[in-house]
Amino acid sequence: MSTTETSTGTGADGAAEALSTAPREDGGSTGDAPNLPKLGVTGWLRWFWRQLTSMRVALLLLFLLSLAAIPGSLVPQEGSDPVKVSEFLKNHTSLGPIYTKLGLFHVYSSVWFSAVYILLFISLAGCIIPRSWQFVGQLRSQPPHAPRKLDRMPAYATWRTDAAPEEVLASARETLRARRYRTAPGGDSVAAEKGYLREAGNLIFHIALFGLLIAFAVGTLYKSDGNKLVVTGGGFTNNQTQYDDLRHGAFFEPDNMAPFGFTLNAFHATYEESGPQKGTPRSYAADVTYFGPDGKSHQRTIHVNDPLNVAGNKVYLTSHGYSMVVTVRDGQGNVAYSGPVPFLPLDGNVTSQGVVKVPDAVGKDGKRDQLGFAGLFTPTTVIDPVNGPHSVFPALERPALFITGYHGDLGMDSGLAQNVYTLDTTNKNLKQFTDDKGNPVRKLMVPGDTWTLPNGAGSITFNRIDQWANFEVVHQPGNSLALGSAVCMLLGLAGSLFIQRRRVWVRARRTDDGRTLVELAGLGRSESPKVAEELAVLVSAVHAKAPTAAEEPQESQPDSLSDGDHSDKEQS
Amino acid sequence: MTIAAGVNESLASISNYLVYSAITVYTLAFLAHIAEWTFGSRSRVARTARAVTESAAAPAAPAVRVARRGGGTTVLERPQVVTRDGSEDRGAIDGPGAAGGSEQGDLYGRIAISLTVLAWLLHFGGVVARALSVQRAPWGNMYEFSTTLGLVAVGLYLLLLALGKNVRWVGLFLTTTVLLDLGLAVTVLYADSDQLVPALHSYWLWIHVSCAIICGAAFHLGALATFLYLFRDGYEVRQAQGRVGRLDSMLERLPAAATLDKFAYRINAAIFPLWTFTIIAGSIWAESAWGRYWGWDPTETWSFITWVAYACYLHARATAGWKGRKAAYLCLIAFGCFLFNYYCVNIFIVGKHSYAGL
Repeated sequence: MSTTETSTGTGADGAAEALSTAPREDGGSTGDAPNLPKLGVTGWLRWFWRQLTSMRVALLLLFLLSLAAIPGSLVPQEGSDPVKVSEFLKNHTSLGPIYTKLGLFHVYSSVWFSAVYILLFISLAGCIIPRSWQFVGQLRSQPPHAPRKLDRMPAYATWRTDAAPEEVLASARETLRARRYRTAPGGDSVAAEKGYLREAGNLIFHIALFGLLIAFAVGTLYKSDGNKLVVTGGGFTNNQTQYDDLRHGAFFEPDNMAPFGFTLNAFHATYEESGPQKGTPRSYAADVTYFGPDGKSHQRTIHVNDPLNVAGNKVYLTSHGYSMVVTVRDGQGNVAYSGPVPFLPLDGNVTSQGVVKVPDAVGKDGKRDQLGFAGLFTPTTVIDPVNGPHSVFPALERPALFITGYHGDLGMDSGLAQNVYTLDTTNKNLKQFTDDKGNPVRKLMVPGDTWTLPNGAGSITFNRIDQWANFEVVHQPGNSLALGSAVCMLLGLAGSLFIQRRRVWVRARRTDDGRTLVELAGLGRSESPKVAEELAVLVSAVHAKAPTAAEEPQESQPDSLSDGDHSDKEQS
Repeated sequence: MTIAAGVNESLASISNYLVYSAITVYTLAFLAHIAEWTFGSRSRVARTARAVTESAAAPAAPAVRVARRGGGTTVLERPQVVTRDGSEDRGAIDGPGAAGGSEQGDLYGRIAISLTVLAWLLHFGGVVARALSVQRAPWGNMYEFSTTLGLVAVGLYLLLLALGKNVRWVGLFLTTTVLLDLGLAVTVLYADSDQLVPALHSYWLWIHVSCAIICGAAFHLGALATFLYLFRDGYEVRQAQGRVGRLDSMLERLPAAATLDKFAYRINAAIFPLWTFTIIAGSIWAESAWGRYWGWDPTETWSFITWVAYACYLHARATAGWKGRKAAYLCLIAFGCFLFNYYCVNIFIVGKHSYAGL
C-alpha cells in the first residue's frame, strides 16, 4: 500500500525493486491460473491472503469504503439526528423497514461498513508488517553494489581523468557523505543511497492509520455524552442521575465518573440588531463557578467554541433560553411553587413554550387540587392577527407571557415518566380554567403581573425572567491518541510524498591508456527530474577534484534537436 | 471573543463593484483566449509544427534524451548528464501552445494573460474589501468561499506562470471555470456582508477554511489538467493509429499527455497532505465547538470520501494496470466528490456546516 512508488525505468529493474518495499504487482496474477485445480485448503487460504494483501484489492476496498460512506450522508443517522430518523420512518412506511434492515440509519456501525474497513485494515496490516521488516533489513544492510552497466541508469555521466581511481573514489565518497548519503565502498565503485525517510514516512503514515482506528474505537467504547439544562443560579454535579439524558459507550462505568461540578452565575447573548440577518446570534457566554476533583472553585466563562475542560471532561455550551420565575399560591393562599421554569425555544427568535406543574396545590375546600399552566413566551412580542403572538427578536425587548391554566389531576401519580415540558391535556381529570361563559381563559402577563385564578383556586405571579443554558458534558478518552496519530499521519504523508529515495553509484576504473574512467549514475523514481539535477551537482563536485584529462577529446553526445524543448521544464 | 463589530456598508458595496468588474475583465480575458486559440488553429506555423512532431515521433522515438545541466559557459568543460526516461511515454512531444506559433495568436494570448492579471487584482481587491467591511476572514458563507476559491485558483495559475512553468495552456479553461464559479457566487450563493454566528468565532476558521480553499483551488487545477489529459491521450492514441478526430486541431497544441498527467499528479500529490491537514484541523475545531472530533456530519463524511478518493488516485497511479486513464478517471471522481461536498452537501443536505445565508 505505498502511496506513490512507481516502477522505475527499464533496464534498471534489478536495482530499482529494492528501492522501495512497496508490494510487487504480479500483473494480473495469471501465473496462479494453472495451479488452481491443485489448491488445497491452505493453498486457497494462501491465495486468499495474497489477494487480500495485493494492491489491487486494497485499492478496491478503499474505493468501496468511500462508496459505503455515502448513504450515511444522505439518510438521517441515529447517532447524529434521531428525531429525523423517526420522522423518516413515519413518512416512508414501506422504505423505512427496508432501511432499518439494511442498517442505513446507523451506517457507520453497520455490518457491511465495518466489514469493508476491517478487511481494509487487515489488508493494510498484511502489507505493512512485512514491509516494515523489509525496511529494517534495508536499514541494516549496505546500499547495493554498482550494477555492471551504469550507462543504462536513468541519469548517467562519464569522463576520463588523470587522477588515480582510488583518489576519485575517496573524494566521491567524501562528497556523497557531505550530502548525507549512506555510502558503501565496493571494489572499483562506491554505492550511495539517500532518502530513507520516504519509506519510513510511508510506513509511519500507514501505521498511524491503525493508531487512529484504535483511538476511534476507544473513544466510542468509553465515551459518555450527556446534556444538562441549568437555570441561572442553578448548578450541576457530574453524576449519572443529574443528567437530563446521557448516552454512553459499551464500557462506560458510572462509578468512574470524574467528580466535578459547576454553577451557572449568568448568561449573556448578543444578536445582530439590524440588516437581513437581524436576530442572528452573534455571541453567547455563560459565566460559571466550577470545582474540580481537588474541590477548589474557579471562575470561568464558557463560550460556544470554548468549552470548559475539567477532570478529563469537556463542558460545552450548546443552547440557551429563557426561564419564567413564577410564584404559585394555591386555594389556601400558601405558596405551592416558587422558582424558575425553563421554557424551550421554538424558533430563532426564541418564541418559547413551557409548562408550570404544581402537584402540591390544595384547593379552597382543603382537598388536593393540582394546578398546571401552559404558556407561550415571546421576548420581543408582536401580536399578529393571522399568526397570533410571536417573537420578532430574540432579546428581551417587549417580553410577554401568554398563559392558560388547568386544575385537577396532572396524572403524575401513575408512575409513568412524564415530559416536564408538556401538560397531558388529554387527561379527563385535568380541567382548563374557564370564564363565566365557559370559554378557556388565556392571560397575557408581563413581569410583575399576578393572575388570580377563577373560583378562588389560587394565583400565579410572574416575578421576572431569568435565562437558562444547556450544557453538554462529554468524556471521550483516546482524543490525544487520535491527535497524535493524525500528526504522525501528516508527517508520514509529507515524508512519503515529498522525499525522493535515490541511489548514486560512482565507478572509477583504470583504462588501458593509463587514464581513469569515471562513471556516475543516479537512480530514483522515474518521474523525478531531480535525480538528474542532483547527479549534475555531484558530477561537478567530483569533476572539480578529478578534472577531465586535457588532451582527451570531449565525448560528444548526440544533441538531439527535437527533444530540446522537452527537457522537463514544466516540472516543478 | 469580542462582540461583533458592525458592517461597513460602503466597503461592502465597493467589494461588490470590484467583484463585478473582475467578472467583466475575466470575460474579456476569456474572449482573448478564444481569439488566441482561433488564430492558433489558422496558423500555418502550427501545421508545420505538427508535421515536425509527426516526423519526429515516427522513427522509433529515441530513448536517450540529452539535457544540459549546470548551464552557462561551463557546459563544455563539464561532463554531461545523460538522462534516460523510463516511463512508458509514446515519445509524443508537447504541443506548441494555444497560439500554435501564430504571432497574432500569441499576441492575443499575452493580452489574455494581462487581462487575467488585471482581473485578479480587481478580484483580490473585492475579497479584501469584503474582509475589511466586516473585519474578519472573508470565508463565512458560500459566496465568500467561492470568490476566495476563484481568487486562489487564478493566483496559483499566475504564480506558476511567473515561476516560468509551462501552464499557459490552462488559461482558457481556467478563466471559463472561474467565470462559472464567480457567476454562481454572485447570483445563487450571494449573501450580504455580515457578521458570523457564534459557532464560527474561532481562529480555526482562519486555519481550516483557508486550507480548504487552497486545496479546492489546487484540486481544481489538477482536475482541469486531468480532464485535458484524457482528451490529449485520446488524440495521441488516434495519432498513433493514423486516425483523425474532430478536436485534433486544438488537441495537437496541448502539452503531451504524459506532461499533463505529471502536472496533475504533482499538484494533487503536493496538495493531498494539506487536504489531510484541513480535515485534521476541522476535527480539532469540531472537538472544541461540537464536543466530538468526528461525528459523521454530512460535510465531514464527504471530506472523508474526497480524501479516500484522492488516496485511491495516488495509489492507483502507482499500480500497474491502473496507471493512465483509469487513474485519471479516479482523479475526476475525487474532484467530483469535492464539488459535491461543496455545492450539494451545503445546499441540499442539512448538517452542522450549514450556516448563515446558505
